[in-house]
Amino acid sequence: MAEIIVTTSGKGGVGKTTTSASIASGIARRGKKVAVIDFDIGLRNLDLIMGCERRVVYDFVNVIQGESTLKQALIKDKRIETLFVLAASQTRDKDALSLEGVRKVLDELIADGFDYIICDSPAGIEKGAHLAMYFADRAIVVVNPEVSSVRDSDRILGLLASKTQRAEKDESKVKEHLLLTRYSPKRVAAGEMMSVDDVKEILGIEVIGVIPESPDVLAASNAGTPVILNAESDVSLAYEDAVARLLGETVPLRFLEEPKKGFFARMFGG
Amino acid sequence: MGLLAFFRRSPATANIAKERLRIIVSQERSARGGPDYLPLLRRELLEVIRKYVNVDPEAIQINLEREEGQEVLELSVQLPEKKAV
Ligand SMILES: Nc1ncnc2c1ncn2[C@@H]1O[C@H](COP(=O)(O)OP(=O)(O)OP(=O)(O)O)[C@@H](O)[C@H]1O
Ligand SMILES: [Mg+2]
Repeated sequence: MAEIIVTTSGKGGVGKTTTSASIASGIARRGKKVAVIDFDIGLRNLDLIMGCERRVVYDFVNVIQGESTLKQALIKDKRIETLFVLAASQTRDKDALSLEGVRKVLDELIADGFDYIICDSPAGIEKGAHLAMYFADRAIVVVNPEVSSVRDSDRILGLLASKTQRAEKDESKVKEHLLLTRYSPKRVAAGEMMSVDDVKEILGIEVIGVIPESPDVLAASNAGTPVILNAESDVSLAYEDAVARLLGETVPLRFLEEPKKGFFARMFGG
Repeated sequence: MGLLAFFRRSPATANIAKERLRIIVSQERSARGGPDYLPLLRRELLEVIRKYVNVDPEAIQINLEREEGQEVLELSVQLPEKKAV
């Protein structure tokens, strides 16, 4: 049975699209058939992070409005056989998405045999964010260890528990996962940044991953490669661990402490 | 960390962040799903109380507790300390 996972946050710019791209790639790399959908209507971005921006011909809204088939709009990834991207529309009409339209596309993906559907939510708590979460079975709540991000994500938890299909139909609730990103162990150790335990305690949900702050993320987005596919960077390993946990494996958290450096490196930067 | 940063540490504020979040998140959670009039009620109560004592908005806490089919509106007002005349 297919699983629908929304990547959401409330606050903008915290790392939802980075996370959607990496989680989708990580699951697909394990042989599952995965579709990742950009719900950020008007501000298409997932295509760039996935590196397929020049191959977008039809988008999500075209499919909903019957201007193309789903098959025509799904962009097959060039690196991973089982990975497909559905781009957001560049239209400025925010009403281009409708609940019924989204339902139709998701149903068709499920009928096509997709195992996982990742919905990359726009920021905010308006219509786009609502539609991205509405049909979700699980939610990856992306949080930065910073006051406004944590507070906004708690608002999102409230919406997941009340404004989703599962909530409205009185089914079992949407499963919530906390993904803490842009984490700086050094600043946590110095008492300048809240720790993973602090954030977990405030929000009261289980941690699916802690992703360190790293220049590798920018480098990967420059290149159009989901950062998880970069060999051997801390960020890619941390995302790979999150994928494993999503799929039910038990993996201990790592990269929570700053790497030990010699005296020289400590005094002269790096 | 460079030499300069070594001597000019930023203050440890993570605990302040955590404490502020603990309070505001629990307050917002209790308002959630509660009646829409709660914020207005809070404002009007504040105005009434201020006719008698000058309190800060922070000094008024309203919580809606749900227990066994009953709803209890809990109101607490922290009065300012008496100044010596
Ligand atoms: N672990 C990280 N380390 C460093 N930079 C990061 C990390 N994760 C994300 N970023 C950077 O943060 C910025 C925002 O990331 P991203 O676009 O994924 O956020 P978003 O939540 O999707 O934003 P929006 O709300 O606009 O959709 C990007 O510049 C990205 O490179
Ligand atoms: Mg985004």
